[in-house]
Amino acid sequence: MSSLETRTTIFPRFGRDRRSKALLGAVVAFAIVYPIIDRNASHVSSATDAGVFVLLALGLNIVVGYAGLLDLGYAAFFAIGSYAYGFLASPHMGIHIAFWLMLPIAGLAAGLFGVILGAPTLRLRGDYLAIVTLGFGEIVPVMFLNADKYTNGPNGINALDPPFIGQYNFGHNPLPFYFVVLGLIALSVIVIRRLRDSPLGRAWMAIREDEVAAAAMGIDTVKTKLFAFAIGASFSGIGGVIYSSKLGLVTPDNFRFSTSAFILSMVVLGGMGNIPGVILGAVILFELQSLILTQLTLWSHQLGAFTHIGFLNELDFVNLKFLLYGLALVLMMLFRPEGLLPSARRQLELHAAPEVAASESQELYDVSTGTQSA
Amino acid sequence: MSALELLAQQIINGLSLGAIYALIALGYTMVYGTIELINFAHGDVFMVGSFVALLIVGSLGVAGTVAGPAVAIVMLAVLLGAMLATGLLGVVIERAAYRPLRRAPRLAPLITAIGVSFILQNIVQLRAGPSPVSFPDVMPNPIIDAGNVIISAKQLMIIFVSIVMMAGLQWFVLNTRLGRAMRATAQDRQAAALMGIDINLTIALTFFIGSALAGAGGFVFGIYYNSVWFINGYIAGLKAFTAAVLGGIGNIVGAMLGGVLIGLLESLSAQYVSERYVDAIVFGILILVLVFRPSGLLGQQLPESA
Repeated sequence: MSSLETRTTIFPRFGRDRRSKALLGAVVAFAIVYPIIDRNASHVSSATDAGVFVLLALGLNIVVGYAGLLDLGYAAFFAIGSYAYGFLASPHMGIHIAFWLMLPIAGLAAGLFGVILGAPTLRLRGDYLAIVTLGFGEIVPVMFLNADKYTNGPNGINALDPPFIGQYNFGHNPLPFYFVVLGLIALSVIVIRRLRDSPLGRAWMAIREDEVAAAAMGIDTVKTKLFAFAIGASFSGIGGVIYSSKLGLVTPDNFRFSTSAFILSMVVLGGMGNIPGVILGAVILFELQSLILTQLTLWSHQLGAFTHIGFLNELDFVNLKFLLYGLALVLMMLFRPEGLLPSARRQLELHAAPEVAASESQELYDVSTGTQSA
Repeated sequence: MSALELLAQQIINGLSLGAIYALIALGYTMVYGTIELINFAHGDVFMVGSFVALLIVGSLGVAGTVAGPAVAIVMLAVLLGAMLATGLLGVVIERAAYRPLRRAPRLAPLITAIGVSFILQNIVQLRAGPSPVSFPDVMPNPIIDAGNVIISAKQLMIIFVSIVMMAGLQWFVLNTRLGRAMRATAQDRQAAALMGIDINLTIALTFFIGSALAGAGGFVFGIYYNSVWFINGYIAGLKAFTAAVLGGIGNIVGAMLGGVLIGLLESLSAQYVSERYVDAIVFGILILVLVFRPSGLLGQQLPESA
């Protein structure tokens, strides 16, 4: 299949170019003016955190969406980035490396851990990888929790340095963080798009669709998967730096399996392998958690107090969030595995499977009845 | 207490813990052996089993009131009730979340399995609350004191229950028609179908048995620790999965062996290394096994597949 043909059939540009450009422009413009419209600092802060999760989801999308590897310990790299900032940019060790320098350092550190973990394990069958990453995801926070001589244990490291631009101190103002995150998302989208269309990106998708065939075509599958793993991990490391510098604090309890699964839900909900989908999924799930569920709980309590229905008073939607994620994961996989905003190619792949299956089982059925009647 | 007695004590503790892991590990290994799916929700099925056992004990209202042979009857009733409930739960999960995706890319059922795990945890959390719930004493717990080494009746009960279960499973798989159908399905699903085996029924049966064993594990867990908690299933499940991989996934005897080894490893490393690093050590072992001997101790070398 020539690459030209792939472009025209799989990524149809015909006719929707102008519309999608207009939509993109509108979204970017809204993102830029959002903190000016919404003066509520806690909303801006929450939007900034949502942006960090967009970065994380974009990184995980490389691993899960492009290369088709299930990484269940993704939050461990987030922890590594956060703690890297904690060690190297706080009074804790007396080292104060600038925020801007820490972004690439933490990205590299997380990527390095990705390589260390991935190199021996990426040879394994796909679902073993899921378990190894899950185990790794458990070990890393346990280490940070228990090595209290270096990490202050459960209290974590506090008084992290805020970022500076010249003399301007970000402090606890979410606004500059918001624009930093926005800029990084824009940069990431450009980088990821180029990666996706590069030989490396096409090799990822070839491996995802058929590893044996990809290897037969001369792709070094282990190396290619390792790149996906390391690049994905480095996004998580960079996210960790922003998140912890904004919070001014890093503690070991933010990085358990629930965080990894939260990010995975974003990717699955939005659409594995599709950048706008993943961004949408991350924003929806994050805001669902931080704004909508809290608001629903509040409304329900007000309604309960007003109507004297005890049941409404006790509803806590925030507690239900993992139930909702779980339902979302199951229902999405059953009914819309390509996500809210699907990537055209992934959609083909996911929907081709049942048809093939149907014809195969039909064949089986015929043979078995044939045997019976004979 | 001498060093040797300490070691003996930890071995006894490790064996009882390992017996529980082995019961859970069997479900992982049977399901993986049949449909090559890591059933992430399996640990939570175990957890549900402990809560169902609690529910039955509560509704019987027998805690602390029965004595003598009646204890055995009550225990058996609770055990069978928990097993039946989790067995059916396993069948429902398979039907609703895994069967429709049997031909989908492998990522899909793994993701639904994670979703099911969340759903089970949250339903139990909503019903039973976010804190650990105490599990009443159903059986008396006399202690056999051999010098400084203590063996409790509960520990003996756990080891007894799991030996009976495993022997029963082994007999079932090797000597019955359905057991043969299960082995055939695990070996080659298409060929088994051609031989007239009802694949869907056999897979459902595999889920029923695996989940029922996890339910039995949940029951003895509740009795042993006197406490059940909605997040217990996650870590216990992960360790049991480690046990299944250590023994050689798909291999029933391997799962039993792996469970016991992980239980021993855990109690010995809690004693001699540090309580706090137990989980890290177990998962470290998991990673090492997968890297250096992915087929496990008793498993065969499986072909790589995507």
